Amino acid sequence: MGRQETFYELIRRQGISRRNFLKFCSLSAASLGLAPHFAGKIAHAMETKPRVPVLWLHGLECTCCTESFIRSAHPLAKDVILSMVSLDYDDTIMAAAGHQAEQAVADIMRDYKGQYILAVEGNPPLGNDGTFCIPGGRPFVEKLKEVAADAAAVIAWGSCASWGCVQAAKPNPTTAVPIHKVITDKPIIKVPGCPPIAEVMTGVITFYVTFGELPALDRQGRPLMFYGQRVHDKCYRRGHFDAGQFSEKFDDFGARAGYCLYKVGCRGPTTYNACSTTRWNEGVSFPIGSGHGCLGCSEPDFWDNGPFYDRLETFPQFGAEASADRIGAAAAAIVGVGIAAHAGLTALRQAKVKPNKPVAADERVV
Amino acid sequence: MSKMYHPSTPLPSRVREGHFGEAILPPAGVQPGPVYVYDAAIRLWHWVTFLAIIVLCVTGYFIASPPPSLGGEAHEHYLFGWIRFTHFAAGMILGVAFVLRLYRVLVGGKHARQIFWIPFWSLSWWKEIFEEVRWYLIIGKPKEYVGHNPLAHFAMFFMFVLPMLVLLFTGFALYSEGTGVHTVWYTWFGWVFRVLGDSMTVRTWHHAAMWVVILFSMVHMYMAIREDMTHRQTTISAMVSGWRFYR
Repeated sequence: MGRQETFYELIRRQGISRRNFLKFCSLSAASLGLAPHFAGKIAHAMETKPRVPVLWLHGLECTCCTESFIRSAHPLAKDVILSMVSLDYDDTIMAAAGHQAEQAVADIMRDYKGQYILAVEGNPPLGNDGTFCIPGGRPFVEKLKEVAADAAAVIAWGSCASWGCVQAAKPNPTTAVPIHKVITDKPIIKVPGCPPIAEVMTGVITFYVTFGELPALDRQGRPLMFYGQRVHDKCYRRGHFDAGQFSEKFDDFGARAGYCLYKVGCRGPTTYNACSTTRWNEGVSFPIGSGHGCLGCSEPDFWDNGPFYDRLETFPQFGAEASADRIGAAAAAIVGVGIAAHAGLTALRQAKVKPNKPVAADERVV
Repeated sequence: MSKMYHPSTPLPSRVREGHFGEAILPPAGVQPGPVYVYDAAIRLWHWVTFLAIIVLCVTGYFIASPPPSLGGEAHEHYLFGWIRFTHFAAGMILGVAFVLRLYRVLVGGKHARQIFWIPFWSLSWWKEIFEEVRWYLIIGKPKEYVGHNPLAHFAMFFMFVLPMLVLLFTGFALYSEGTGVHTVWYTWFGWVFRVLGDSMTVRTWHHAAMWVVILFSMVHMYMAIREDMTHRQTTISAMVSGWRFYR
């Protein structure tokens, strides 16, 4: 295989001006939260570093991550990010099919051992020996383990690969698991969301290509630059939250006035994502901007985390589902009645005993 | 432990402590003298915690179920901000009081130590608890203990100290989310999310532990009043003055 083309050579060949290229570099630096001089570093990396081969595998999924990714909206990102890495295998969007496609995986794994990035969308089902997901004639979990073995880094796209998401929701009939249950010996960058924000996905790749290392991750493996704050922390309705101005129902005055959606179950305060800063579709809007609360799609146990319009988990094990508060209040009522009854019984006993006056120990009736 | 008895209490009138703090009263006909049980630090901690818990429960309720929405412009109000500030401030006070209380566990003597440690492997202690349960079922006899009786001791450890630790750690962890993941708060308490799960799960633990403390407080207050009325020794005033008196 010949010398791998650099990103810069590739986009110049595609007719993109240097001016636009530098704009892209500045934009990338800004979206990654880097200082202005990093734009130069990014430009330098793209001019000199060979493109990083990426193998993009698809397990049990709905492909919404890919749908999001291909809509990456920064001016150049749509063409560029797909070209800046060498996306050598992505069975959803690649032209090749069948044996040709599978051959691409084998080639990359042979020629770029230990250098390629494995990006995983969806997750492996383990039930029935993995037969619930069979791409290329064999269980996805086997392919995943095989490709992961020689990868430099692994990216978990979306909530499926990161946490399990809908197919791992109770009762999880296929025993779908997030990829970190299967790949245990590699660094995994989790990019959760259902789907993740396109610019977040491209940003993570840009960072890796530029610096040749993983971005700083939080305790759960998510890149801090995008998942370091809650949706709530940068929400443009936060002022209404602090003021105490809430939408009580979806059709009341507060909803029309753009008040905080906390009382209609917004999960912004418990959700780490960049929606309120990056927004979606070229920064047009995001769920809260459209008057609907955050569903917390990028959090672990999305789907099993109680009702979508409630901010407290439920305990399903008590028959009818109930939150900690309902159970607690019921227990308090029972204890209250118990105390009253006990106080009554104690009073009856005391009436027999005639206490409350000093008595010698042996006189006291017990 | 010279401070345990009042200088004016003659030797024969002194109440001594038996196994698990059971009060050994002087023989019949001798009025037992008072015993100094709770020193100033413990009493102060008790009442600071009492007030903090009330403030925290009320403000916590409003944080979970905000009061009716205010109208007008956002810059005219800061209601929810103040509710949250009050909750956080009371939580800080509760936390600092708890840490200072832990210091008293080390240096404050056995009555300061009692509710932070249980003789779990002592069979006789469990028998004493059983005896105490019988008394609460109004089929046994009341026994006097200089400190907490074994059942109260059990409840204070499992229904107060442990849930209080859960509340403090989950509370500070949730607070650290607001201050941000790059702050010292998150460095100190962010591990809670690793142990318990995501932000919502930690909230659920915070609520559940609160309800345990509320249930404990209800029974605690009832029992304090009931003990005071049915036993020979004082209970409520002991947490005010520190002295336990005997009728």
